[in-house]
Amino acid sequence: MSNASQKMSERPSVIDSKPSKQGMLIGLAGQPNVGKTTVFNLLTGLSQHVGNWPGKTVEHKEGTFFHNGTQLHIVDLPGTYSLTANSPEERVAREFILHERPDVIVMIADASALERNLYLLAELLVLPVPVVLGLNMMDVAEAEGIHIEPHVLEAALGLPVIPLVAARNQGVSELITAAEGLAREPTRFQPVRPEIAAPHREVLAQVHALLNNHVPEPYCADWVALKLLEGDAELTEKVHPWLPEDAWLSIAALLKEHEDAVLDIASGRYEWIERMVRAAVTHPRLGQISVTDHLDRFAVHPFWGLLLLLAVFGFVFWITFTIATPIQHWLDVYVVEGLQAWLATALTEAPSWLADLLVHGVLGGVGVVVTFVPILAVFFTALAFLEDTGYLARAAYMMDRFMHFLGLHGKSFLPLFLGFGCNVPAIMGARVIDSQSGRLLTILLAPLVPCSARLMVLALLTPIFFGKQAIWVSWSLVCLNMLVLAVVGITLNRTLFRGQHTAFIMELPLYHLPGLRSVGLFVWNNIWSFLRKAGTIILLVSIIVWVLSSFPGADVEQSYLARFGQSMAPVGELMGMDWRMIVALLSSFIAKENAIATLGVLYGAGEEGRGFAETISAVVSPATALSFLTVTMLFIPCAATVAVMYQETRSWRWTLFDVALLLVIALLAGVMVYQGANCLGLGVSSA
Amino acid sequence: MTAKKTIPLEELAPGSSALVRDLGGGKDFASHLSAMGLSIGSRVKMLQNTGHGPLLVLVRDTRIALGRGQALKIMVEELRSEQREPEDE
Repeated sequence: MSNASQKMSERPSVIDSKPSKQGMLIGLAGQPNVGKTTVFNLLTGLSQHVGNWPGKTVEHKEGTFFHNGTQLHIVDLPGTYSLTANSPEERVAREFILHERPDVIVMIADASALERNLYLLAELLVLPVPVVLGLNMMDVAEAEGIHIEPHVLEAALGLPVIPLVAARNQGVSELITAAEGLAREPTRFQPVRPEIAAPHREVLAQVHALLNNHVPEPYCADWVALKLLEGDAELTEKVHPWLPEDAWLSIAALLKEHEDAVLDIASGRYEWIERMVRAAVTHPRLGQISVTDHLDRFAVHPFWGLLLLLAVFGFVFWITFTIATPIQHWLDVYVVEGLQAWLATALTEAPSWLADLLVHGVLGGVGVVVTFVPILAVFFTALAFLEDTGYLARAAYMMDRFMHFLGLHGKSFLPLFLGFGCNVPAIMGARVIDSQSGRLLTILLAPLVPCSARLMVLALLTPIFFGKQAIWVSWSLVCLNMLVLAVVGITLNRTLFRGQHTAFIMELPLYHLPGLRSVGLFVWNNIWSFLRKAGTIILLVSIIVWVLSSFPGADVEQSYLARFGQSMAPVGELMGMDWRMIVALLSSFIAKENAIATLGVLYGAGEEGRGFAETISAVVSPATALSFLTVTMLFIPCAATVAVMYQETRSWRWTLFDVALLLVIALLAGVMVYQGANCLGLGVSSA
Repeated sequence: MTAKKTIPLEELAPGSSALVRDLGGGKDFASHLSAMGLSIGSRVKMLQNTGHGPLLVLVRDTRIALGRGQALKIMVEELRSEQREPEDE
């Protein structure tokens, strides 16, 4: 393994030539739940910028920090247990190291689970970059009775080891000093690297020899050889064109013969870890039961755990809507309507169409976006608390049983559950799911959870047409949604996601108090990205729909929107809906509640002293109402949902696929329900 | 050395400890498990196993939840009480 260290000192001194004024690039690595984000937040605060790695849905976080006059650019790499090619997070991390050439990697480890954490260090040491180890959660380790000597570990590993308690901002400054120091003098980095276990040492050497000089920059032969033996999919593909055909065939033959080499590589790493840790760590056998164990006796108990889970989720649901709804109302009445009134008076001189566009179209659209912010703020705060304390992992474990057969992850439960209130936070909440396919499936299924807006339409229309049976009808429609969700989930899982469904394996981290700073930054980052991305889409769509419904005539009946509805009449007929109901459905795309308002306007409610209920029931039959409600319940609720879906999946393909899928399902269901209800004699209105 | 009897991790009773002897299920699976601490030769303690649904184990100071399907592919050798360390109790 000496080639790598040779290469490092030979490295065209990218670092030496960098004057201190220009700054340094630091990569922050670590396994999940080690407090890496806490360190990142401490260093970068609000200077952090959260986006996506190009072409991927993996979150990219970077920020700047000034230390002793040098500007440090810090990139928070995704938390990963290793650096294989098996997940986009791992690929992103290793691509960063190889192609961005950070000056130093700071790896944060959880001192209370050091053996497991050092596995990632073993992976990092084969890459051409200096590493500094930050031992976080030293306090937790001490409480568990684990005593670590950082100096001894440093001597054993051959790289700087700095103890920290990031939650109390202790040791972080020393960590950065050490990192900077190492970056400036990379020759000081002389680590003791792990070796592959004996049985496969020879094979590794053979592969290495075959690779010879064919490995281009920035890759290094040591790393490539090891990864090939591990069966790394990405590298196996990359290496082929680098080599002359006979060399490749020899390697391929070796790899085929030694498919079990990966186990020896892992064993080799743990052997190294045990050696490193032996002198530095004393783990007295006190048989202590930690706080985590005490809490877990209830949290994962088959009965009490479930009760706790329902209580926690019920509470999150309740608090999101109890706190958010009054704030929403206040924003709507005092801020949005206030602005609209002010703007209307300010524009009395302007042409009426312009005033109307700005006051109702633009500000109206802004109003829609703004109403989501309180819900998202409360929801994200609750979510951050649940994740930070470690409880979310327990909830996912409890729910996995039920979610699994739908092809969903246990962590999908909370986002989907939130969907009963509003689909927008439900879709954004899918971020907590680690696997990409699980996350995508959750996002695709979220619109099938009936949100409160739809439930409200249900609550308003069912009594008008079904009187005493309203409750049963409503309940059946909700159950229909759940049934469709289950069927679609199982089908999608079997067809599209086949083979991509990752195994259920999840760490349950120790419980700890949430960091308020981290919670705050999490909420801020998520709301800001909502406003920037989904917000603009929602605003645009609102304006477009407003324009379509206001031009060219004086009222809705002559608008483009109405004409579109009329052109859809043939389809509507199958569902028993005339063009006015179709227009109502179309207008509800902005907000489900609009459906009621539009129906009112189009059916002339309020004329001749008749109320909405009377007017509607005179013209519309129960069968039609039923099919209208079915379509409303099953179709994508609103523009905001679509906007957020695009924001979270970063793919128009998937977004449009879901819209199309739900449209087809909704229309088919609408037709079947109408025809069925008709047969049952409900096809006549009360007039 | 006589080959000791191995059972799937899925069958290990709560409270029992074992040594991991084999990881089936392919390279990617073995890789992933190893990175989380479940490597050949690691000591595992079963924390919860209700017979259906996922199970909970303690390995290298980490609590890990595993699906039953995954647990079926991990072969372990159960440790008798005299082989256990006091910390396992």
